[in-house]
Amino acid sequence: MHSLMKGILAPHLENMLTSCVLSISDLHVSVEGTVVIKGLSLEIQKGEVHAIMGRNGAGKSTLANVLMGHPDYEITQGSIHFNGTPLDELEVFERARAGMFLSFQYPQAIPGVQVGTFLRKSVQAVRKDDCPNNRELRDEMKAAMKILGVDNSFLARYVNDGFSGGEKKRLEILQMLLLKPKLAMLDETDSGLDIDALRMVADGINSISDDAACLVITHYQRLLDHVKPSHVHVMIDGRIVKEGGSELAIQVEDKGYDWLEPTNA
Amino acid sequence: MSQDARDAVGDYRYGFHDPENATIRFDFGLSEQVVRDISELKNEPQWMTDIRVKAFKHFIARPMPDWGNSEMLNSIDFEKVCYYLKSSKGSETDWEEVPEDIKNTFERLGIPDAEQKWLGGVTAQYESEVVYHSIREDLEEQGVVFLDMDSGLREYEDVVKQYFGSVVPYSDNKFSALNTAVWSGGSFLIIPEGVHVEMPVQAYFRINAKNMGQFERTLIIARPGSSVHYIEGCTAPTYSSDSLHSAVVELIAEEGAHIRYSTVQNWSANVYNLVTKRGVAYRNSTIEWVDGNIGSRLTMKYPAVILKEEGAHAEVISVAYSGEGQHQDAGSKVHHLAPNTSSRILAKSISKNGGRSSYRGLVKVSPKAHNCKVSVVCDALLLDEDSRSDTYPTMEVSNQSCVVEHEASVSKVSGEQLFYLMSRGHTEEEAMGMIINGFFEPFTKELPLEYASELNKLLEMEMEGSIG
Repeated sequence: MHSLMKGILAPHLENMLTSCVLSISDLHVSVEGTVVIKGLSLEIQKGEVHAIMGRNGAGKSTLANVLMGHPDYEITQGSIHFNGTPLDELEVFERARAGMFLSFQYPQAIPGVQVGTFLRKSVQAVRKDDCPNNRELRDEMKAAMKILGVDNSFLARYVNDGFSGGEKKRLEILQMLLLKPKLAMLDETDSGLDIDALRMVADGINSISDDAACLVITHYQRLLDHVKPSHVHVMIDGRIVKEGGSELAIQVEDKGYDWLEPTNA
Repeated sequence: MSQDARDAVGDYRYGFHDPENATIRFDFGLSEQVVRDISELKNEPQWMTDIRVKAFKHFIARPMPDWGNSEMLNSIDFEKVCYYLKSSKGSETDWEEVPEDIKNTFERLGIPDAEQKWLGGVTAQYESEVVYHSIREDLEEQGVVFLDMDSGLREYEDVVKQYFGSVVPYSDNKFSALNTAVWSGGSFLIIPEGVHVEMPVQAYFRINAKNMGQFERTLIIARPGSSVHYIEGCTAPTYSSDSLHSAVVELIAEEGAHIRYSTVQNWSANVYNLVTKRGVAYRNSTIEWVDGNIGSRLTMKYPAVILKEEGAHAEVISVAYSGEGQHQDAGSKVHHLAPNTSSRILAKSISKNGGRSSYRGLVKVSPKAHNCKVSVVCDALLLDEDSRSDTYPTMEVSNQSCVVEHEASVSKVSGEQLFYLMSRGHTEEEAMGMIINGFFEPFTKELPLEYASELNKLLEMEMEGSIG
């Protein structure tokens, strides 16, 4: 977009003209009366991988949940646009169908529902325009399961029921690969994974489409060794306090977060 | 359908009814004469007439149960029930011979189609009489007998005389007495020694008329080393006035035999469903009740197994779904009378929109029954604050060597589960449907695939429009 036009158009119109997938502007969020996000702005373009780093309690997971539309989180100020559409106009399932995906920090167990059935139904719900037939879906599943190192018996198990931490995260990434999101948000996907599982999950993330945008939320840099971020944001107390390239993740790994505290800055 | 009726029952998909073309219809109400008339009409032997009359007297004398749901039970007006209604000439073996409108009904219910594809035999009962019965030739050649109960009495009188009421005597309870007095239709099934019936046989029960009473009587005898899977389904039209369904089912599993009896009860919400089901299991035999209760206003039903000889096994898997104005009071009874017998009860219930589900169970282990194993698991799922679930498990264990496991849980669908599923593109209703189907999965996986998918669709439909 011509720089002269910047700031003239409303943000969502700007988004439509650029390849902006996600645009967050001055976001304030509260949960049960407590303000957790206190003025956060962020733009993610097609193909970019953004990492949000921060300690526990900085508001990272709140951001993921609010983006996906969790009913407990209330936006008190600011706006979010996804591919030019104001998010508050979309229900949770409509966000998913529009191409948003969240890999949960704590995926829920759905006893009695087989993974295979769940994947098929979810693909049918989300990929309405390019829904694969049964055979194509089977092939896609096979390919994705190979990347993640899970075998066919996985499909017959009940969704997250009795799964180990690593299995849960593999199922999240398997869903991501099959649902082909335009924006993949990964909330602490690296936590609780051993090194092999971490590598496989990273391979999964790296194999999503080049067009997709990715938002990786993590409180340490481990996953970022395998998934190279184009942008790194550090979040403290509900705000982004520092932005940079992948070198920022390494600095955080070396120096921790204290030097980024607003009072120390 | 009147608006009242629609309001009362919601979107019940089998709620259509056909014009009533009765060939014989009794006046409303019950008396000794009505009982005698039914017997005479059927040209029964004297001993059957005598049992009916005795049972009638017991029914009159016996007070209404003061447990379950007394309020609903006491609202039944036995004088406003039609005790016998016949709509066809007889029981046909060719659908083409079945009266057009009745045939259409069963076609709408998918019975002839299912019969062709995956059933070994079918009986179809409409009001008081079985209008159609058939069995695959190969089963008939192996000596399998599958008739309606009235034909069974005519053609196998000795067998019926020996076993009728031997498992469920008329004096067992008020409704077994009622059934014995006015029974009509039902299935009569004998599996000869060593014969394994691979394809399930099915009975379908349909009430069409208003204020109808359906009182079928079923007797299944599995001779030594034989096996069979019997399935029953039931539906009725939606009326604002009530109908009564009160069946008795008796099973006899001889040495090493295996009987599985599956029910998908989907009566409309104006039907009282008060049924006595019981089986006797002899040495090393197995009786399984797979019992699904989705419809009716009030169901009181506790499929029972008497483990009479060593090594016998009982398995009861039940699900109950209670919506607005419904009460499913269901459970199971198992009596361990012999050593090394085992039983497993799994009861699951879902209550929604103020519906009420109760698990009522009794497991008795007699002093002589050494080394028995008992497992009882009850899970209830509540979909909202207005609904109710109760558990009344009773265990009377008189033998110290018995191993008893008992678990009970009540849970609610969590907002986090719904959010998780919705984040995968599913609407709230779809998400709820998935959770419910998953909850019932231990039951549905025991059903033939065709039934299981039908049941899943049914439950998903129950969810439609239910979330505001």
